[in-house]
Amino acid sequence: MKKLLALVLALCMVLAMAACAPKEDPQQSSGSGDEGGLIKVGIINNDPNESGYRTANDKDLKRVFCKENGYEASFAYSLKNDEQISAAQKFVQDEVDYLLISAADVSGWDTVLKDAQAAGIQVILYDRTINADESLYVASVVSDTYKEGQIAVDWLKEQKLDTYNVIHIQGVMGSSAQVGRSDALTKMCEEDPNWNMVTQQTASWDEETAKQIVESVIASGEEFNVIYAENDNMARGAVSALDDAGITHGVGGDVIIMGFDCNKWALEEVLKGTWNFDGQCNPFQADTIDEIIQKLEAGETLDQKVIYLEETYFEAGTITQEDVDNYGI
Amino acid sequence: MTKLQNPIKEAHEPLLKRVVRSQIFIPFAALALLVIFNLIMDPTFFSVTLKQNNDGNPVLTGNLITILNNASELVILAIGMTLVTAASGGQDISVGATIAVAGSVMLRLLCGADAKADTMETSLLLAFAVGCLASMLCGAFNGTLVAYFKIQPMVATLIMYTAGRSIAAWINGNKLPVLNDPNFAVFGGFIPGVPIPTPVFVAVGCMIIIALVMKFTTLKLYTQSVGINSYSSRLNGLNPAFVKFLTYVILGLCVGVAALLKVSRSAINYSTIAKDIEMDAILAVALGGNALSGGKFSMAGSILGAYVIQFLTTTLYNFKVPSDALPAYKAVVVIILVVISAPVFRDKMSKMWKAVKGGK
Repeated sequence: MKKLLALVLALCMVLAMAACAPKEDPQQSSGSGDEGGLIKVGIINNDPNESGYRTANDKDLKRVFCKENGYEASFAYSLKNDEQISAAQKFVQDEVDYLLISAADVSGWDTVLKDAQAAGIQVILYDRTINADESLYVASVVSDTYKEGQIAVDWLKEQKLDTYNVIHIQGVMGSSAQVGRSDALTKMCEEDPNWNMVTQQTASWDEETAKQIVESVIASGEEFNVIYAENDNMARGAVSALDDAGITHGVGGDVIIMGFDCNKWALEEVLKGTWNFDGQCNPFQADTIDEIIQKLEAGETLDQKVIYLEETYFEAGTITQEDVDNYGI
Repeated sequence: MTKLQNPIKEAHEPLLKRVVRSQIFIPFAALALLVIFNLIMDPTFFSVTLKQNNDGNPVLTGNLITILNNASELVILAIGMTLVTAASGGQDISVGATIAVAGSVMLRLLCGADAKADTMETSLLLAFAVGCLASMLCGAFNGTLVAYFKIQPMVATLIMYTAGRSIAAWINGNKLPVLNDPNFAVFGGFIPGVPIPTPVFVAVGCMIIIALVMKFTTLKLYTQSVGINSYSSRLNGLNPAFVKFLTYVILGLCVGVAALLKVSRSAINYSTIAKDIEMDAILAVALGGNALSGGKFSMAGSILGAYVIQFLTTTLYNFKVPSDALPAYKAVVVIILVVISAPVFRDKMSKMWKAVKGGK
């Protein structure tokens, strides 16, 4: 009896897993030949579960690259570079017209891109760049993370504090978002004697780690008046540490709170005035890619190879409910 | 068993030796070492102050509170992990992923379909119960593979380890749920008017329950005998497979409780919630002086081990050790502690000690 029960349980779990297994594999809805002049696009992306940013990014691509807009799109998802590359190889064999890639890792793409070139497939990189010869792709549509950091630091400079005592909470070390968003602030703290780095720690994008870092600074009794967190989750963790210690933050508070990514819930905090700043990391590349493809189809040449997306920021006081609805991801 | 033979022998041994021999000595020594280190380097480390939080409630803050607070999930997991280790001679590496599953089941019920809510949409008790059921099911799955199919625990739990976070994301339709209800935040934060963080109470509650269970049921005896020799325990009328299975289900329940604390503390993010916590839970068991190959165990040792880990983490933060270098420091401490607690090393040391004494 017990064995039977165990077997049934095991079967249930296996079935449940089998039901969601295809989500994990690089999935491809195979194209069934040319259908009335549709442009065939193979899209390789990271797993939409990775973050709110990725979910928004995937949704945006699906919105633009659909039958109504004249595209026949196949999607492949993986967080692993080798799986992405094999998906790319499959797309090359399927003879897609365009290959769109958001690479998990910067290296290892040369061979498959050469194959694509030989087969006459145009490659467009989006969201992330790779280390490959520029001749291997026609365009890349990416976020300028250095500029994101610069915008944030410029905004902070505008606040005209007497001294800046900054707690800097970084993302996963070495990721492009971390490197870019850290750059301007680190330089500023080195150059200007009024800017002090109280602590500079990585919380690996994690809310709880960020909270612990801020708690340890509070316990040490050091003064600080700015928290610069490289994503919204970490800013949230930092704020919860401040709340527990009874330190005021946001507009009119003792500590300025800065975050990145423009999650909807984060923008609502800015709207409430409990946070001061949220920098955008634009996940909406699909329209720009669409423009590029239309230009190429019309036989035009592109003005520039690397296209940086326009990115903005939101601050307490000027942000509106409309901004939250339109830009929140 | 050993207790019956030892009293006479132990009475002749000097107190110091008895203390050093006892299993709980290792985590205690580690804790004492950390306390002394902090006392010398930075006595303010231990200061605890009563402040008002931003909701106007009195709360205690300070490093000690941080340690007690943040170790809670680990303590709860260490309880279950100790039982699993003792009975099956292996560890469950899927607890982090199962926390993600249980957490997203709870939030799915509390937030409803659009993954965003300002008040809880179902009763908290129901959501908690279903979440625990989900994690116990995961535990039952692991337990079945280990106990009845005789698969290596690490391999069996590797399945949930790999699939868990994807299942969690799938439960919530790939959305990241946000629940802004202050009544829900109580579990990871503070009960209004009580200055001690709630997770501390939850952890203490779990400790009391497991202590009572071990005192009034045969759980401890059964798991130990199955872990020491499952064949002979079968001859003595036990059902080793069922005991192993049961320990995994109990761990599942512990995971459910830990998941409630975790999701109440922070918004769920499938890829980072409770990441690598399984390694810390296993480490807590090892620090407690328990043999990872199963058999006899000390629950108090594991619990103390969990606090030592958090103490170490907070100490390193306090000294501004870059947090990406943290695992390296942890590793060094672990190597030292595990080597010291290894029976081979202890035998060698006691022989050397005798030789030195004899030489005098």
